Amino acid sequence: MNTTLHETETQEKNKILAALEDKDTNVQFADALENEMVLNMGPQHPATHGVLRILVKLDGETVAAAVPELGYLHRGYEKLAENCSYHEFIPHTDRLDYLSPLMNNTAYILAVEKLLGIEAPRRTKFIRVIVSELARISSHCLWLGALAMDIGALTVFLWTFREREKLYDIFEKLTGARFTTSYTRIGGLEQDMTDDVKAMIQQFIDQFPEKLDECERLLNRNKIFIDRTDGVGVISRNKAVAMGMTGPNLRAVGIEHDLRRASPYLVYNELDFNIPTFDGGDSLARYYVRINEMKQCVRILQQALEKIPAGPIHAFETKKVLPRKQRIYTKMEELIHDFMIINFGVEPPVGEVYHAVEASKGELGFYIQSRGEGHPWRLKIHSPSFMNLQSLAPLIQGRMISDIVAIIGSIDPVMGEADK
Amino acid sequence: MVENVVELVKKNFPDSVLAVNEFRDQTTLHIKKEDIVAVCTFLRDDEQCKFDYIVDVLGADAYTPENRFEVIYNIYSLPYKRRLLLKVFTDEADLHVPSVTSVWQGAEWPERETYDMFGIIFDGNKDLRRMYMPEEFEYYPLRKDYPLMGVPDSIPLPRK
Repeated sequence: MNTTLHETETQEKNKILAALEDKDTNVQFADALENEMVLNMGPQHPATHGVLRILVKLDGETVAAAVPELGYLHRGYEKLAENCSYHEFIPHTDRLDYLSPLMNNTAYILAVEKLLGIEAPRRTKFIRVIVSELARISSHCLWLGALAMDIGALTVFLWTFREREKLYDIFEKLTGARFTTSYTRIGGLEQDMTDDVKAMIQQFIDQFPEKLDECERLLNRNKIFIDRTDGVGVISRNKAVAMGMTGPNLRAVGIEHDLRRASPYLVYNELDFNIPTFDGGDSLARYYVRINEMKQCVRILQQALEKIPAGPIHAFETKKVLPRKQRIYTKMEELIHDFMIINFGVEPPVGEVYHAVEASKGELGFYIQSRGEGHPWRLKIHSPSFMNLQSLAPLIQGRMISDIVAIIGSIDPVMGEADK
Repeated sequence: MVENVVELVKKNFPDSVLAVNEFRDQTTLHIKKEDIVAVCTFLRDDEQCKFDYIVDVLGADAYTPENRFEVIYNIYSLPYKRRLLLKVFTDEADLHVPSVTSVWQGAEWPERETYDMFGIIFDGNKDLRRMYMPEEFEYYPLRKDYPLMGVPDSIPLPRK
């Protein structure tokens, strides 16, 4: 009698165990349900604002082991790129990290221009710097709001979204779209920045530091916020470098690495700004780094708005840069060039390039292999969130389950480009 | 600056460096597959190189009968602020490449991604599972012989 009871119990247990283990994963957990529990967090968990699934083995409320699983947003952009012309791929870059599409547009187009060996005019470079920094503020604003919300401070989330709304108004006026901007073109931009937009940006940066200060006042001396972030999710300097952590997360362990300074692109070497670094390596340090970065963004924007020259926005490379519509309809040469560029694409030389920019989340790079055809032979997206998430497991190991949310929030809750 | 590194690698590993490629101010070293771990360890530890930071490991399918697959290592030196690309070749018949996770721990996920997309097996990577695709998926999507539209029924739809 006893043995059969025991048997049914074991069968029951195996059934639950089988249900818990997803067939997409081959992670083996010894004696789950004995005193340790396996929990699936995500992929559609309200606290993970991106699509991330973490398998956590819990001992009580402490995380004994964690395995992050990616791929729930995998759209195969690298395969698509091999079948697109260089211009056709620009809208896809919007969807990589959907918080800073303008930055992705810029990053991609800089790689293509490096491959082609052309350079955009000076005014375009300044506009690209301006939109990149606006995108950085937008991304960091969501990061700040989401982190505070995950910890329980909902007000900050509403306040940062109010700021992002103003930014989206600027993007709408500048590019014609709020979210999927597709703003850059090879050797130029989709359209010029008007004085209206310039005034809007000036208005935004005049009031933004004050609004940021308000958010800071809510958090900097907030005991709950400090308790939930100070000393939580600590990573050592050596470990962060070895794991390839990037962006603000790397600067939060005290390494002054920023591609805007290390290998200046666009006009960053003409602008005066600091690279904020903090030593803690914990969630609080990551918070301070990003807050200070937003302040530096405002400085960069102010200088860029003052220094931006007048002039053309398209490089004079008739066989590589898309001609203006007005001229296509009236001039024969432009009509031919437009036909060739649209149908066969720009044809770069045979070779391979890698170009990276400092995006809001870290090093965003594009590696392009060209065989002299109108479309890339191989295009690889180096995504910062991918490398940052790699360090997630050691960060949450040994912490309480409620800290998982705060730690994901502090690394970056949106990992749209980790899945490509 | 990178020229010094290339000279150093050539001096220390005369047989390993197959070619040096320069394009748009960017140096790519072609390394013999068997020696990649030794070269990487040297590049990381040598005082004049100090490539302590792994940016990416990626694959590419050249679709040629010989040396079909390329594995490209994108490494960076934080103290000297310079970048170097290393490249190894591998064949369809022998898809094994030594893993560099012993040199840079952060190579683990990029290697998994390369395995997922090209089927290149990194010997020594402790957690070589698929990165994006489901575990029972049979194909390697970024190979050139894999169609853009995918293979019908290769991913089972969820049952009700």
